[in-house]
Amino acid sequence: MSDSTVVGLHHEEQHHPELLHHFAEPQQQRDAASLGMWIFLGTEVMFFGGLFCAYLIYRRWYFGDFGAASKSIDATLGATNTAVLICSSLTVVLAVWAAQTARRTLLIGSLVITMLLGLVFLGIKGKEYKDKFEEHHVPGASFSFDHVPIPGHADQYANPRHAEIFFSLYFIMTGLHALHMIIGLGLFAWLLFMAWKGRFTPEYHTPVEIGGLYWHFVDIVWIYLFPLLYLIDRHP
Amino acid sequence: MSENSKSSPLKMYFGIWITLLLCTFITYKAAFIELGRFNAAVALIIATIKALLVALFFMHIKGAHEKLLKLVVISTVFFLFILLALSMADYGTRMWS
Repeated sequence: MSDSTVVGLHHEEQHHPELLHHFAEPQQQRDAASLGMWIFLGTEVMFFGGLFCAYLIYRRWYFGDFGAASKSIDATLGATNTAVLICSSLTVVLAVWAAQTARRTLLIGSLVITMLLGLVFLGIKGKEYKDKFEEHHVPGASFSFDHVPIPGHADQYANPRHAEIFFSLYFIMTGLHALHMIIGLGLFAWLLFMAWKGRFTPEYHTPVEIGGLYWHFVDIVWIYLFPLLYLIDRHP
Repeated sequence: MSENSKSSPLKMYFGIWITLLLCTFITYKAAFIELGRFNAAVALIIATIKALLVALFFMHIKGAHEKLLKLVVISTVFFLFILLALSMADYGTRMWS
């Protein structure tokens, strides 16, 4: 510890041990951290935005093929996953509230349930991927999507090359989303460890707050992925 | 954390949670009803309502006292709008000539 260098600057007042010396007060430190997180989320919005843009362009071009390909995915699994993520967003918000109000058991319980729900989400996602592998709907050498009628045009078959583009976007977008979930699980494991050690107090719980922001953002991405990938042209 | 720090926000959190689940149920059911071109519109409007609920109440944009934060959020949405709107304006009008 380099106490000798710090003592000269700070000996006159006692402050919270988590308050870094370049911030005037805890509120300023909290605001700086959450602003930084929001700027990062802004870059994430643009990152996923490019993929959504690619999706919209191809959806316009290959309208019926995308409909046929989307119909081959299990929408019930997608809807279940949406509900799972929404429940996890609730437990995240409960965790933040528990940290603000010094409720240790609720904080730890909420973090654990959030992580369990995240794992359930990834499990259901894995089941979906397994189905797609078995149906040869994974883009690549063994891809096959022959004689699948276009929704609303029973006499026309979807072009397999165009359906392959849908599945490429499906795997890239849900795969990157799943990667964000895995990173989120890592962050929450760390939050759980810190909460277990009792590091979070009503004065200092910024990591719970900004970890929560990240989790909610990943939830919002899924809220858009769900209708765009699973629910187009479902109606008979 | 300011005016209603005493009254618990739990009721609001659970209310938003129920609303989000209801919206998911509605969007799932609506997808199986023939609405023509309005299917996509309904799905995206419900998704936007859900995203707004999460952002405003779970991510605490509503009630945030930091003005810079609102600037970051608004400019994020604005640049996403430029990305999508200008690209679609280009690709959507190429067949016109």
